[in-house]
Amino acid sequence: MDSILLIRTLASIVRGATPLIFAGIGETITEKAGVINLSLDGTILLSAMVAFAVTYTTGSVILGFIAAMLVGALMALIVAFGSITLRQDQVAIGFVLTLLGAEMSSFLGNPFVRLKGPSVPHLPIPYLADIPIIGPIFFNHNLVVYLGYALIIFSWFYIFKTQPGLKLQGIGERPEAAFARGSNVNLMRYVYTALGGALVGFAGASYSLSIKLGWSHRHTAGNGWIALAIVIFGGWHPFRVAFGAYLFGSLKSLSSIFQRVAPGIPSQFFNGAPFALMIIVLLLVSSGWLDRLLIRLPVRLRRLVHDALLGAPPGGLGRVFVKE
Amino acid sequence: MLQRLSNLTLGLVPVVLALLFTTVILIIVGAPPGEAYRNILQGALESPDKWASVVTAMVPLLLCSAGLLVTFAAGLWNIGVEGQIVAGALLATWLALNLTLPPILFIPLLLVAGLIGGALWGLLAGLLRVYGGVHEIFGGVGLNFIAIVLTNYLIFGPWKPADGATMSGTDPFPPAAWLPRLGDLPVYPTAVVLALAAVALMYFALRGTTWGLKLKAIGKNQRSAFLMGIPTSRYMLGAFLVCGALAGLAGSIQAIGVRQRLIPGVSGGYGFLALLVVLLAGYRPLWVIPIALFFAAVGVGSPRLELSMQLDSALGGTLEGIIVLFVLLAQGVKRKA
Amino acid sequence: MKIEALDIRKYFGPVRANDGITLTVEPGSIHGLLGENGAGKTTLMKILTGFISADGGETRLDGRPVRFASPAESIRHGIGMLHQEPLDFPPLKVLDNLLLAFEDRLIPGRQQVRRVLEELCRRFNFSIDPDARVNTLTVGERQQLEILRLLALGAEVIILDEPTTGISAPQKVLLFATLRRLAKEEGKSVIFVSHKLEEVEELCDRVTVLRQGKVTGHIEAPFRAEQLVQLMFGQSLLRSDRSRVPLGEPALELQDVTVQTYRLTVSHMSLAVRAGEVIGLAGLEGSGQRLMLRACAGLQRPSSGRVRLQGDDFTRRSYRDFLAAGVAYLPAGRIEEGLIRGLTLTEHYVLTQRGHQPLFIDWVGAAEGMQHKIAEFNIRGQSGTPVEALSGGNQQRALLSLLPPVLKVLAMEHPTRGLDIESAMWVWEQLLERRKSGTAILFISADLDELMEHSDRIIVFSGGVMASPIDAAATSIEELGYLIGGVRDNS
Repeated sequence: MDSILLIRTLASIVRGATPLIFAGIGETITEKAGVINLSLDGTILLSAMVAFAVTYTTGSVILGFIAAMLVGALMALIVAFGSITLRQDQVAIGFVLTLLGAEMSSFLGNPFVRLKGPSVPHLPIPYLADIPIIGPIFFNHNLVVYLGYALIIFSWFYIFKTQPGLKLQGIGERPEAAFARGSNVNLMRYVYTALGGALVGFAGASYSLSIKLGWSHRHTAGNGWIALAIVIFGGWHPFRVAFGAYLFGSLKSLSSIFQRVAPGIPSQFFNGAPFALMIIVLLLVSSGWLDRLLIRLPVRLRRLVHDALLGAPPGGLGRVFVKE
Repeated sequence: MLQRLSNLTLGLVPVVLALLFTTVILIIVGAPPGEAYRNILQGALESPDKWASVVTAMVPLLLCSAGLLVTFAAGLWNIGVEGQIVAGALLATWLALNLTLPPILFIPLLLVAGLIGGALWGLLAGLLRVYGGVHEIFGGVGLNFIAIVLTNYLIFGPWKPADGATMSGTDPFPPAAWLPRLGDLPVYPTAVVLALAAVALMYFALRGTTWGLKLKAIGKNQRSAFLMGIPTSRYMLGAFLVCGALAGLAGSIQAIGVRQRLIPGVSGGYGFLALLVVLLAGYRPLWVIPIALFFAAVGVGSPRLELSMQLDSALGGTLEGIIVLFVLLAQGVKRKA
Repeated sequence: MKIEALDIRKYFGPVRANDGITLTVEPGSIHGLLGENGAGKTTLMKILTGFISADGGETRLDGRPVRFASPAESIRHGIGMLHQEPLDFPPLKVLDNLLLAFEDRLIPGRQQVRRVLEELCRRFNFSIDPDARVNTLTVGERQQLEILRLLALGAEVIILDEPTTGISAPQKVLLFATLRRLAKEEGKSVIFVSHKLEEVEELCDRVTVLRQGKVTGHIEAPFRAEQLVQLMFGQSLLRSDRSRVPLGEPALELQDVTVQTYRLTVSHMSLAVRAGEVIGLAGLEGSGQRLMLRACAGLQRPSSGRVRLQGDDFTRRSYRDFLAAGVAYLPAGRIEEGLIRGLTLTEHYVLTQRGHQPLFIDWVGAAEGMQHKIAEFNIRGQSGTPVEALSGGNQQRALLSLLPPVLKVLAMEHPTRGLDIESAMWVWEQLLERRKSGTAILFISADLDELMEHSDRIIVFSGGVMASPIDAAATSIEELGYLIGGVRDNS
């Protein structure tokens, strides 16, 4: 394969992974606060549809993104309200919203199917885009992709290096202790659930306005589940979540190469590949096989490797906090 | 009596709110709500044919719900039920396309094939969960997509009709493999009996048997159950197996009854809908029946929206989803009060 | 700061947890709050620190009435509490744990807080690595960290709830020295909540004794033990003598067993436990005693060595095989790991029936069977009562009642943790009955008195090393305390 093709492939991976980065990191923030928002697949569908519809109607891409983020935040707030205030099963509410989001996107999006609308303009970054190899791979995209880079760095910095970020970890890790230190646990959970949801909504908009232009029935179906799996695979850490997003993004590009190299493989198998990979990566991090391998390492290395490869879910994940 | 009456009224509040909410959506998209609802009702009830279709649509819902009662009792979110329907249909199709037998043998064999296919697919999700630590939601979702991909591959590959592959599926099965109808009506008495029997069976199994009690124990506290000496892995796998089998039976019925061939979307979303049915029923077996009937009616009625109002039939699913959401929220409100 | 509680009342349904409690704590003193479990100590402390609000009464700080809506508010007024299980964030680093407590800065001043931590550590002789994760620290170190946090936040009143449970002897010495220093040299008010007489006698200047939600006495040091006991229990309590029973054949043998997990390896354990013998397992939490106990019950497969039950090799057998062979395991979390929330006693009875179980449940028969157990084991509840509605003591009774009648080996984690004295004594009566019929008992406990009182032999674990068993009759609490501390904590 020649180098131009390789660079183009890598660039398409970077671009294609962008929505998963937004959704994955959004859900990471939500789960860091101790709430599981399972509705991602439906939320992404609905927000992708809304983003396209708003942009198509108003001509403004920015309004499209804003509307999508509102939709994402709203869906997340329903999860928060149902689970935090009403103490219903988070998983059940998230699941119902998954289906509901998909159905509503089909119903409301019907008039917008297969229309051509505005999209996010291409915007190579001056100078950076001219760097050999790196430039075309990373800096010859549109603003959404660059915002994705910023989100990875910023969310990491925020969660691990700032005061509010430490408190975010606190309310998800051990809500009782966070409460004793003055955090308004449930209010902050609402805030971070909505914030995470808004990022998921942004992911939806980035599909219909930047990566997979336009709207069709079940336009992005499946990607929400992948994003949820990436959060687990990524051990609730933005860098590893981003790595997961690139891993899954590369699958799509790889499959088109494979199809050229080995035309004998039926094309349907490539559609199933992300979901097979999803199961495999979850097996890897959940089955305990890695743990058993780690035992063979020297004690000093063990902890280091463990922290690098595996992450534990926040201690209070999915657990409702009730003040006595 | 008064207490029960007021409970019932309270129970209806979220349903009324859900209808209001859907009405608002309809007004927003500029469709006359009254006409939309009338179309759904007419689409479901206007003729004996439609009545029969509703009962037929209820069959997979009941079968899957019966299975899901078992997995929910064991504390498992068997979201993979959708793929288990497909797996049952696939195994039944394979036999239906390759064998010739008299109907009296063929049909039972195909139904059993459905049971086995679904059970195996369910077992796979169970193995991933029990031995691989992969949460059944993710294992199930992954296997759902893989089942769909597999179906498409088979329809467009090895099982493609002689005159070329299309989205309309495989060649029709030989008539000996067709599930018998009730006269001219699109309803299958065998299927209806099997579905009702499945719900009844699970009702008794969960109420009065040690098997059901052990599943409940696992569902409520797996660790304690294990320490009490209940073989939790085996029981959880068993729950997946039972649910998968019932879903697979539904898949087989869809293939050899309703469609008489394998089509790409053979599961028809019935698995996901059944999850909603069981959630709405609050995991109570007897409530599953009327709710499945209602969902089936909405499902049969809403395609009429496309024909006469140019609205997408997803309105039906939207309505169902909103009802379940509001009922769940209302339960929370009630518990708080 | 002087803190006064006046006529504090708190009712939970019919239970009068605090029934008009009045007490005054002077600055510069260590004030003991003594009472058995359920006497209302923790409730009172939670009211003083804003975790719960009182139904009646008043709190005053230096004479001014105050009312706290949250623990954060109480710490702003200078009242800090150290909980029995330190209320920190185990997966986070020490420094982050401290940073989390400070407010009003977007980017925390890491270097500054590190300096504060190091300075405080020097002042109190603590050695805590600022970059270690809290879940790698011992409970004692986590307490030290919490004390430092409270001091850094400007606490003038420090409340400690049963702080000596689960810490080593040297850590306890250091803790007591720290508390004395805080009171005597820095003028803080220290409230020391405990149900252990000796500790209160050793440490406190004044003691307030609670019983059943009421104050039964305020006493100044020096204390007379009998008087304190009288106030705590309303009567003097006689502790039972260790009863010796003739020991039988070896019921359980470990031969050079090594157990490995990702966190901890416990190597080369050898032991023979004879029928009727009671073995106490001591050590700081996470020292390996739990792994050993689980290996004995078939819950943890050894990576090498042999486990034998009455001579038969059970090394590779499953937990269910162990159960069938007469081994039972009772975990520490009674409602978390032992019983099943949401199921009734009768349902538990059905689930724990051994042997052939009919497919269809005979509910009437099961309810009768459970009714017998309820009467025999004196459980306060009905056969239809969901287990979560039982008190801790009754849950333990229920668990014991559900054990099979004949047992070869009984493995228990913390058999009496959280129980009131009466229930604890009852539990041990039951266990001693069991040993008479030849059951070998292994139990983990953090309570040195319990270990000394009931064990024939005690095995101390420290950092994954199992020491040779020592004869309980030939050792003392002090010696045991130092053995448990191990070399690691000789600071």
